[in-house]
Amino acid sequence: MAEEIEQPAAFAFDAASEAEIARIIAKYPPGRQASAVIPVLYVAQAQMRRSSGSAWVPRAAMDAVAARLGMPPIRVYEVATFYLMFNTRPIGRHHLQVCTTTPCWLRGSDEVVAACREATGIRHWGETSADGMFTMTEVECLGACVNAPILQVDDDYYEDMDAERTRALLAALRRGERPPAGSMAGRQGSAPEGGPTTLLTPAQPGGAE
Amino acid sequence: MLHDRDRIFTNLYGLHDWRLAGARARGDWDGTAAILARGADTIVEEMKTSGLRGRGGAGFPTGMKWSFMPKQVGERPHYLVVNADESEPGTCKDRDILRNDPHKLIEGCLIASFAMRAHACYIYIRGEFHAEAARMQVAIDEAYAAGLIGRNACGSGWDFDLYLHRGAGAYICGEETALLESLEGKKGMPRLKPPFPAAVGLYGCPTTVNNVESIAVAPTILRRGAAWFSALGRPKNSGTKLFCISGHVNRPCNVEEELGIPLRELIERYAGGVRGGWDNLLAVIPGGSSVPVIPKAVCDSVLMDFDSLREARSGLGTAAVIVMDRSTDIIRAIARLSKFYKHESCGQCTPCREGTGWMMRVMDRMVEGRAEPEEIDTLEQVTRQVEGHTICALGDAAAWPIQGLIRHFRPELEARIARTKSGRTTGPLPLAAE
Repeated sequence: MAEEIEQPAAFAFDAASEAEIARIIAKYPPGRQASAVIPVLYVAQAQMRRSSGSAWVPRAAMDAVAARLGMPPIRVYEVATFYLMFNTRPIGRHHLQVCTTTPCWLRGSDEVVAACREATGIRHWGETSADGMFTMTEVECLGACVNAPILQVDDDYYEDMDAERTRALLAALRRGERPPAGSMAGRQGSAPEGGPTTLLTPAQPGGAE
Repeated sequence: MLHDRDRIFTNLYGLHDWRLAGARARGDWDGTAAILARGADTIVEEMKTSGLRGRGGAGFPTGMKWSFMPKQVGERPHYLVVNADESEPGTCKDRDILRNDPHKLIEGCLIASFAMRAHACYIYIRGEFHAEAARMQVAIDEAYAAGLIGRNACGSGWDFDLYLHRGAGAYICGEETALLESLEGKKGMPRLKPPFPAAVGLYGCPTTVNNVESIAVAPTILRRGAAWFSALGRPKNSGTKLFCISGHVNRPCNVEEELGIPLRELIERYAGGVRGGWDNLLAVIPGGSSVPVIPKAVCDSVLMDFDSLREARSGLGTAAVIVMDRSTDIIRAIARLSKFYKHESCGQCTPCREGTGWMMRVMDRMVEGRAEPEEIDTLEQVTRQVEGHTICALGDAAAWPIQGLIRHFRPELEARIARTKSGRTTGPLPLAAE
């Protein structure tokens, strides 16, 4: 946050955000509204995406979260900087989050990284492409390892990736398309390629005594 | 081999309707009120008898954990917190429960909360599971609308509220006390124990934290009986388990099998075998990134359960099987895990904060062979200084993969160093003093 980023002077929750915040705070016992800090930071980040096209949480938004939840601002700054999913600087229109942890690496995440770099011109992690379309982040295990490697674009997991599929996906995003998330190899969830080898008999109620 | 009729997660792959109607057709929410009518103590006893051990990695008996909660509710309410912060590299089983069998989890939350006298439960789901959280919320809303949870849940007379809470990208929050801190709106830094959560947990109240899979199997165990569950698997390692098979296999997948299945059978029957055949196997990390790697010779005969893998000086962990064939640079594979732990250390304890960075830097040099042979021992000693000297198990988890590497692949490390030395003209590098 100390870096020189152009910070908006002010931030106010809009009506849509306020409605969501009210729903969120109701989940926690009275006096425990600090529990809502992560979800409300998400609300702020989503509002920034709606209003500016870039999903990030400026300082003014953290202050607004602190005021809304009755917390000292420093407690909100701590949370916003501790958790990786809050962007404390502006990002591109699409956030390319490439998992490179061992299970993805074994299945060729290097190839996915290279294809992302080639297609976007981005050279270093955390950079945004010159056209503002993409920001590339190296992420740790996304928890979809049997469908490795994974490329997470914004909120969506694209699975069973390779260089060719990465190029095609990024080209589609450039055209303003949004291919359906999930396995790019056409697999059914975490079932093996070619189809399940278990659960072949019709599902039967497990309630029989 | 496990028969389909004994599989709990009958919609593991999402081939069927995940919503309430589909879940009911598969037997979920069948006679839930009758289960609750057995009473809290009977339910806990039944869970103990089933032999279920926690599915989140540590393998602690679930029924016993439930029994640690106070028998009477005092001034402070009780809570159940479900750990859905699935982030252990290699592990992607809870994700399938959340997206394809959410009602099994919800029903389990009700039963477990009732058994521990909790009227409220939070499911803490990792932030990246956006689609899974969306589905989970729909399922929770359905359960409320159908009267299965909420006031007088299932007509049982028990009031029960269930809330979904999203994390925001921090592996450490999978540690139960860090998770509680996070849920209270703080940085995810583990708490000193004791006091344990059963005494002082969420908001200072008695709390039990359980893994998604542990909770989601409970309704089926209680419907079909502890004897059914404990007859599966091996003694003290009973029941079925979701396995995640990733890495160098022909067909990576998740599958539910009995505990105690031979590792080789698991890989060959369900994942299409090792790429290039069994003899092309180099090593396996059998239980998620935190457990030590085992070489092929051990893989040939080891059984996949808590005690067998412990005897092999590794662990079942989350039952995430990461397979590496002979093309793998094993030093790089483990070094990448060192980077992972460095990234995920919360920084609270000095041995972990400093040790994970140090281990990562030395491992990076080991990958290139830029080291002295005696540094292998230094590295091993440092892992011992991190292990057991931190508040939570992340320090241990960072140490064990390196210990496994040195135990089984020391010649690889030495050969790498020798190769680099022979091709090198510069003088010796400083002894890991960064």
